[in-house]
Amino acid sequence: MSNSINLKTAHGLRDAIRGKEISAREAAEAYLNHIDAVDGDVRAYTDVWRDSALTRADTIDAQLAKGEDPGPLAGVPIGLKDLICTTEGTTACCSKLLKGFVSPFNATVADRLNAAGAVVLGKLNMDEFAMGSSTENSSIDTTRNPWNFDCVPGGSSGGSAAAVSAYECAIALGSDTGGSIRQPAACCGCVGMKPTYGRVSRYGLVAFASSLDQIGPFTRDVEDCALTLNTICGYDRRDSTSADLEVPDFTTSLTGDVKGMRVGLPKEYFTDALGAEIRDKIDTAVRVLESCGAEVVEVSLPHTEYAVATYYIICTAEASANLARFDGVRYGNRAMDATSPEEMYKQTKSAGFGPEVQRRILLGTYVLSSGYYDAYYLKAQKVRTLIKQDFDAAFEQCDVILTPTAPTPAFRIGEKSDDPLSMYLSDIYTISANLAGLPGISLPCGLTESGLPAGLQILGRPFEEGAVLQAAYAYEQNSGIELGAPTAIAESVS
Amino acid sequence: MSTITEKDVEYVANLAQLTLDDTQKERLVGELGKILNYIDKLNELDTDGVEPMMHVQALSNVFRKDEIAPSLPRETVMQNAPKDDGEYILVPQILDGD
Repeated sequence: MSNSINLKTAHGLRDAIRGKEISAREAAEAYLNHIDAVDGDVRAYTDVWRDSALTRADTIDAQLAKGEDPGPLAGVPIGLKDLICTTEGTTACCSKLLKGFVSPFNATVADRLNAAGAVVLGKLNMDEFAMGSSTENSSIDTTRNPWNFDCVPGGSSGGSAAAVSAYECAIALGSDTGGSIRQPAACCGCVGMKPTYGRVSRYGLVAFASSLDQIGPFTRDVEDCALTLNTICGYDRRDSTSADLEVPDFTTSLTGDVKGMRVGLPKEYFTDALGAEIRDKIDTAVRVLESCGAEVVEVSLPHTEYAVATYYIICTAEASANLARFDGVRYGNRAMDATSPEEMYKQTKSAGFGPEVQRRILLGTYVLSSGYYDAYYLKAQKVRTLIKQDFDAAFEQCDVILTPTAPTPAFRIGEKSDDPLSMYLSDIYTISANLAGLPGISLPCGLTESGLPAGLQILGRPFEEGAVLQAAYAYEQNSGIELGAPTAIAESVS
Repeated sequence: MSTITEKDVEYVANLAQLTLDDTQKERLVGELGKILNYIDKLNELDTDGVEPMMHVQALSNVFRKDEIAPSLPRETVMQNAPKDDGEYILVPQILDGD
């Protein structure tokens, strides 16, 4: 019984719970038992809320017994990245500095999920403060890729991606600053979407780079992705950068029809840097959409090769400002022996932040420092304009842009941890969407010879998540690709 | 080509309120130097006359009415304070003297 529950999509499970075929408690128990069975290997969760999840599930069941509708995610078990503030449990961003931090408030997305009837199972592992592409920068543990425990799950939302792919939750939320949702989704073989900047409130999302950060879902199919967006998107007065725009019902975009849709292929993305195996899979994906009636056009994004450099100036500059607040005064693990405030700040930060976070703070401080501001920060902001203009021009010729999500499948644990620059380059195809503020999805497009998932990325115009989902759904329904459960996980769920 | 020296790293670390030991400094000179060299790629581009983009949205200040609303209860906020007297958060002494 429990096994079939985990295999259901979120919408399938929601329907079964609403139809009282399965109780919300049975669903929560099935997931919690499966977490007990596999998370010792996967290590996706940093905190499992067994008691509160079961209590919450009972509330949903009680609502259903009274004939009330608990909402569009009734009883659906969900996991949250450890940087989304919740009054339940802790919110530590997988940093030693914030270990044990209990948020006095819920993030807007957490409130919205609760209002939609979701059951939160706990918090998920990540690179410390979302800085990384492998989850190896977590101060807690390195999450394993469910498809091969010797490989990374991608990052920074590696715990979220691995938990969804290992059937340890039906939906997870993560955050994406330069690819931190899409790249791990590609590595772990699930659907991951970064909505348009401003679509989802960032209130209660611990900030990394405020002009780039966006919350989004990890799901097992495109319909679940649309369903989650319906719940989390929308204006929030507590985030003044959230867009005051009507949120459409994204499930209406799931028509399966892409006749006449113009799909752009940016020639700069299909270079030698792209592995042949991934390239073949993307070519096949293009043909699938073409066979569904889409029109394929070549487009150019001439400043693509400057995106990573631009990103690492802007994101580190913003991070150095955002992370200055973790000084041990009001919260966090203060260095208690310090005898002056200055010593307290220095000792707290030096002991609390891990090496990658310190590296980015230093780089960000450097590019903002007197004498270098114009050469680095201002220069990067100008190139950001050029990158945005590339997309504006490309979107005159096409409706969506199709690319690989990452140049290679998941790499091995430890393979890049001593080389920050090569780690940064794993985000080469995802970073531009953050710089330009575009919505983007990654969805599985097959397994490589070595049995690791490959990801297809679809980007759209700002606030046109609908077109992205439309293309993604048509591909998903017509590609014939269904990864199923990773071998190591299958035993516990099949 | 950018070069970053140990002195630069010390200067920036001080601005960022970080303390580094000699091993860390040496490692960072190498790592940051490599990243800065890569970033120098941007100098290939002529950006004269290009407007800098601070943000994807063309937002200027967002104003709201100044209305009184409940704020978080003190005890909830204070539960995370490393040191407090129940009313105030305590830090090491700032000014010299008794």
